[in-house]
Amino acid sequence: MVGKGGLLVMIKSQQLQRRESLNDPVSRWDRMLEIRYFEDRIKELFAEGLVHGTTHTYQGQEAIAIGIAMTLRPTDNVCCTYRSHGIALALGMTTDSVLGEIMGRAIGSIGGVGGSMHLSDASIGLLPTSAIVGGGIPVAAGAALSAQVLGEDRCAVAVFGDGASNIGAFHEGLNLASVWKLPVVFICENNVYGEYSRINLTTSVEDISIRAESYSMPTEIIDGQSVDKVAQGVARAVERARSGGGPTLLECKTYRYSGHSRADAGLYRPAGELEEWLKRDPIDLYEAQLIEAGLLSKERAQTIRQEIQERIAQLVERVMASPLADVSAMFRNISIGGGQ
Amino acid sequence: MKLRMRQAIAHALADEMRQDARVIIMGEDIAAAGGPFKTSEGLLEEFGPNRVRDTPISEMGFLGAAVGAAATGLRPVVEIMFVEFLGVALDQLVTEAAKFRYLSGGAYGAPLVVRASVGSGLGFGAQHSQTLETWLYATPGLKLVVPSGARTAYGLVRAAIRDENPVAVFEPRVLYAEREEVVLGESGIIPIGTGEILNKGNDVTIVGLGQTVGTALAATQSTTWTADVIDLRSLIPWDREMVCESVARTGRLVLVEESPFSGGWGTEIASYVASECFSELKAPVLRITCPDVPVPYPPHLEKRFLPSSEYVREQIDVLVSTNKRDQPWWVKGGYLS
Ligand SMILES: Cc1ncc(C[n+]2csc(CCOP(=O)(O)OP(=O)(O)O)c2C)c(N)n1
Ligand SMILES: [Mg+2]
Repeated sequence: MVGKGGLLVMIKSQQLQRRESLNDPVSRWDRMLEIRYFEDRIKELFAEGLVHGTTHTYQGQEAIAIGIAMTLRPTDNVCCTYRSHGIALALGMTTDSVLGEIMGRAIGSIGGVGGSMHLSDASIGLLPTSAIVGGGIPVAAGAALSAQVLGEDRCAVAVFGDGASNIGAFHEGLNLASVWKLPVVFICENNVYGEYSRINLTTSVEDISIRAESYSMPTEIIDGQSVDKVAQGVARAVERARSGGGPTLLECKTYRYSGHSRADAGLYRPAGELEEWLKRDPIDLYEAQLIEAGLLSKERAQTIRQEIQERIAQLVERVMASPLADVSAMFRNISIGGGQ
Repeated sequence: MKLRMRQAIAHALADEMRQDARVIIMGEDIAAAGGPFKTSEGLLEEFGPNRVRDTPISEMGFLGAAVGAAATGLRPVVEIMFVEFLGVALDQLVTEAAKFRYLSGGAYGAPLVVRASVGSGLGFGAQHSQTLETWLYATPGLKLVVPSGARTAYGLVRAAIRDENPVAVFEPRVLYAEREEVVLGESGIIPIGTGEILNKGNDVTIVGLGQTVGTALAATQSTTWTADVIDLRSLIPWDREMVCESVARTGRLVLVEESPFSGGWGTEIASYVASECFSELKAPVLRITCPDVPVPYPPHLEKRFLPSSEYVREQIDVLVSTNKRDQPWWVKGGYLS
């Protein structure tokens, strides 16, 4: 059948193809670069005034998104935040669908009415990303609850920042998941800052992982700059979740290269801190690893970099030329059967 | 002095802090960074970290702390960066602070201020663009004020800090950068519960709140009718006397609201006027609002979502010439019934 449904299946399969391609190590590297260049371009587009509102970019944290996406099944559920372009792309959303959303285009993942902070794609289990700090944490516990009650072999993942571990939703969500032994993995991206405040100024612990103890929950501290380390940690936690062992808290140590959001130059950071982290750039580390393993050559790597740059340039042109969300879009998907 | 609204707020906070050592301010990134919207610039330098405090991302925690501190001797001013974040702390304001005086037999109050940025117009999307005044309605013990620019922001923030009750100040985010002539000092303080007539006319009373005050004023340009334009300024309590007196002269009431039609702040005023001033009305009360949808992100749709001054003018043209209410644009366009 070639109808609306058929088209839908075709579009969705693109996400699943992108997801499956993460089985190949070189594709993982390619996709980390895709995120990096995508985010660099987003920053420019905002600076050029071509996109309005706000945006929170992901440069420096790419290994976590890829490590998670390559390990989860597309049927698992993911809850994440306003800083989710990277995870959405890693899970398989297309660059058109993400940039389309950011630019208010009809091709955007939710039709262009959400913007940068609001991505979602049911075909890969991505629940609506939340712009409320901590909002997704209990929701992930709930997505795990449905799997438990329905007897499905599914698990749920919440991805959130270090700052989110200071909000009630974190503590309530973890405790609930623990007492109900829910198949959920809580993944904290500890990028050292919550907005303009360094973690030591706002948080009673340096390692968020310590907080797992209060909830009798297994925990690991993971090198968030290493795709393999992230993937292995997530795999252990997911295995525990699926086999009835309950939730896990994973803390990935990482760093956001950009400021908190569009308007922030990150001037509050101590001199040299960014430079230290750049020495362990996740993309460079993985490239070196692939070259060492003989899976990638320096020349090929250079070609891939260029190809992705070109792909992103074409993407921007394509999205800019595509139609804006029309007025009827704001009236869609509010409630079923009529609202007020 | 001409100030941006964010500067006027910083002035108001500083002026109260200089006069009253009990005043402290707390919020996310309000101290070292001077506030996400720069409404507390310079305060850490002047008053030090004991009185100007950066908080963790823990709205329930620091708003709750403000309640306890207010009950026991301080005058805390809490900043909630976007009003939506009040959602995770609402208990402390509505169910704790607002009930303290009642539940202590009058012994304890909670003289605190919650400042929150509100509203649409800057492309922040569905979870960062609401106005949510009605979250606080139906809560005896609480007050709520909404400035419409730098001048009223200065006057209302100072009055809120001096008030013996918990007061919320909802600041239209889109106005932070706008400049206006501000009267500083005691004479600039605006009593809570009072509205202000910004324009005098005969045919209709237009009431605005926050960013719709500007919309209402602009709508009165080049019209066949003339209007009283009232900046409500204070929503809980609101100036019944001023509104009813004006309606008694004009015979028509229009409320311009930046929020969905159903359950918007104007419902209270419309129902009060319709029952108390029924015999004075020549036409049905007209509420000009946004449609019942979440705030859309892209600029062209966000603009459409908000009532524009042209739209307000057209709606009032019909009201004044026919004494009948025109349908809202989303009904005429067949988008919603
Ligand atoms: C309940 C709530 N409070 C405050 C904010 C404003 N805010 C948005 S992101 C952010 C910092 C979050 O830091 P973290 O959890 O470390 O995540 P990161 O941005 O570093 O990825 C803050 C305070 C919010 N969105 N929601
Ligand atoms: Mg962080």
